[in-house]
Amino acid sequence: MKRNKILPQLITIFFIILVFGFFTINAQINMENRGIEFGFGFLKQEASFDIQFSLIEYDGSHSYARAYLVGLLNTLLVAFIGIILSTILGIVVGIARLSPNYLIKKTATFYVEFFRNIPLLLQIFFWYFAALRALPLPQDANLLLGSSFMTIKGLYTPAPLWENFDVFLISLFFSLILIFFVYRYAKKRQEEEGKQLPKFLISLCIFIGIPLLTFFAGGFGLSFTFPELKQLATTSYTYNGGMGIPPELTALTIALTLYTATFIAENVRAGIQGIGKGQKEAAASIGLTTSQILKLVIMPQALRIIIPPTTNQYLNLTKNSSLAAAIAYPDLVLVFAGTAMMQTGRAIEIVAITMATYLSISLAISLFMNWYNKRIAIKEK
Amino acid sequence: MQKFNFLKPDNNNLTLFLSLGTIFFILSIIDFSLNNFLDKNITSFLPRYLNFFTPLVFGLIGLHFIRIEFSGIKKLDILNKNINTNNFNATLSLFIIFLLIFSIPPLLSWFILDANLSGNTKEACTGSGACWVYIKVWFNRFMYGMYPNAEQWRINISFATVLVFSAFGFFMPTKYRKYLTLYYTIFLPIISFFLIYYLISGGSFGLEWVETGAWGGLSLTFIVSFFCLIFCFPIGMMLALGRRSNLPTIKYSSLGFIEFWRGVPLITVLFMSAVMFPMFLPDGIYMDKLIRVIIAITLFEAAYVAEVIRGGLQALPRGQYDAAKSLGMGYWKLHLLVILPQALKLVIPGIANTFLALVKDTPLIFVVGLLELAGMLNLAKTNPEWLGFSMEGYVFAAIIFWIICYSMSRYSQNLELKYKTDR
Repeated sequence: MKRNKILPQLITIFFIILVFGFFTINAQINMENRGIEFGFGFLKQEASFDIQFSLIEYDGSHSYARAYLVGLLNTLLVAFIGIILSTILGIVVGIARLSPNYLIKKTATFYVEFFRNIPLLLQIFFWYFAALRALPLPQDANLLLGSSFMTIKGLYTPAPLWENFDVFLISLFFSLILIFFVYRYAKKRQEEEGKQLPKFLISLCIFIGIPLLTFFAGGFGLSFTFPELKQLATTSYTYNGGMGIPPELTALTIALTLYTATFIAENVRAGIQGIGKGQKEAAASIGLTTSQILKLVIMPQALRIIIPPTTNQYLNLTKNSSLAAAIAYPDLVLVFAGTAMMQTGRAIEIVAITMATYLSISLAISLFMNWYNKRIAIKEK
Repeated sequence: MQKFNFLKPDNNNLTLFLSLGTIFFILSIIDFSLNNFLDKNITSFLPRYLNFFTPLVFGLIGLHFIRIEFSGIKKLDILNKNINTNNFNATLSLFIIFLLIFSIPPLLSWFILDANLSGNTKEACTGSGACWVYIKVWFNRFMYGMYPNAEQWRINISFATVLVFSAFGFFMPTKYRKYLTLYYTIFLPIISFFLIYYLISGGSFGLEWVETGAWGGLSLTFIVSFFCLIFCFPIGMMLALGRRSNLPTIKYSSLGFIEFWRGVPLITVLFMSAVMFPMFLPDGIYMDKLIRVIIAITLFEAAYVAEVIRGGLQALPRGQYDAAKSLGMGYWKLHLLVILPQALKLVIPGIANTFLALVKDTPLIFVVGLLELAGMLNLAKTNPEWLGFSMEGYVFAAIIFWIICYSMSRYSQNLELKYKTDR
């Protein structure tokens, strides 16, 4: 019996060691032949390449480590925007798929079946190479919402100019604390007197009101710089000032959002359908309205079914954001596993760092979602 | 004369309300269409912000008038029940109707009415619609990549053969059914490998040798998906069993393997296979790019298959294990004869979804320089003679992939239903 348990394990360990040993020895020989030494010292060297779009200050004189950081931040930016937008769209479409309205239901179904069954890479190509290329040149662009320009070179919007930005942050933080207390008070009052406060409205007022008050009290200043057309050459124009969002980012965000939202919508639909009809009827029989039923009875229960598969979708979205490399959006893969690797030739170290980064992002998201899932899970007494 | 209330349409004045409602509704449609297609605004005497919303207002009034409960007209009742239950629903329905009016005619004219299909050169495209000539001219390239035109029958014959052999499994006599898994996991891959090696790759039997760099287009998508699909299944099964093993080394090495591949994006895996993997091989040994890519995708998808199969294994009641053990079955007998046949049946939809994801992932191989359909599109797009037709190309590829993926997902849904009733 004992032998039965030890032998397979020994074989496994032997096999793993064999494979790893084979690869390591080969790698060492190959690296010696090419005169490369394994190590991460290259991260401190000057990168000497430019990155089109960066959230932090960066130019060619910075180190490879800084370039890595730029790529990482760009990846996180796309993932963050994508997760928020696809969640909103996914919930809306998921609910729409269960609507009693025939037209709404069919439109939502069409959307899901259409975007889910086309490879994401193709969708990214479509938005970047076909759809966004059809936009006007900078000099022909029309005003959008009074102050923005949608052009082939990107989306230009006004950029906020802050004075005493920290004061603004403090006032935001303060209003969040106040909202927390309002929620506690509302809960207490509902438990004691059975009355519901318009929590959402009050907290919205606080959230907008307090920063606004600080603004009028002169705590901080806010002004905008507007994009202005500037002539570079006889036929070449660009916009100065304001905030420029590159078309790569727009295309990637649209494609990721539309693609991932279909899966989230399916999760939401499955979650809502997973709640028994009796729950809905019971809620209706005590006189709740349709929106109250959805908000107070169905959703809190459905969320428990929805969240685990949706976590997977968030992870997928983050991993899929690496497709950015295909349209030259400077994300982690393009900047680090692409340009930096070409320049340094350190394939093993760079691929290892890139993979480790994605692994830790995945781990972080799944840890957070597990924590959230535990928080909303049924607490059995 | 009965009391007449405009705000509450009722059964008594059915004809009046119905005709009024229809008039308003048609008015709203006409207003919207005129605004959209002829640039005419029949309500331009109103202030600008008001006449922008006139179609919506007219439509809402119209729908409000025809919202009569128990009207006695069957069609009207069905209409009201489906799109017109209350004002909110009516607004949404109107938005959808306007959206359809807004989008269908331009799409129709782009796809069919103004599109060009005849001719063989770029100059043949005169209409404002799609230029399908581009697809027609490049069709061979999109399907077969750079594979020489004269040799393309080799790909067709190989695919047809593999298709026949695959289909053969479905019609196998019941007597040999138990060998089905063996047939699909061992016999079919060997046959396909020989076909690929001798027929598509060539180099012997008087066939011209075609290097893998020239392979491409949709046929490459099929080749890659087919091999990954066949190989990732047994590997995934072993990993799933390994993960549920009670021997710690096997359990944790499987767990580590699965979590590693599931945590990284496919694109980095492909990068690894392209630039890092050659460093790990002894000097002088060269592995073809296509084989490296197939190995990479197989290992990647195997981790996902493993998780799906694990779900099936977990769903089986403990009694099955206990019963099999009480009959004196060992580990392998227990799993092969009792557990896996039941577990695999449970996870067929999940596996089908993973395969669907695999097919959708294959375009990624273009990052390592293999030009399947999406890669070929990007290549054709930069051809100086055919600039400016990227839209047609992507729409074409999207339609092809959509047909493949949609039929696969439909099939998996059918299987799901079939096996649900079985239990």
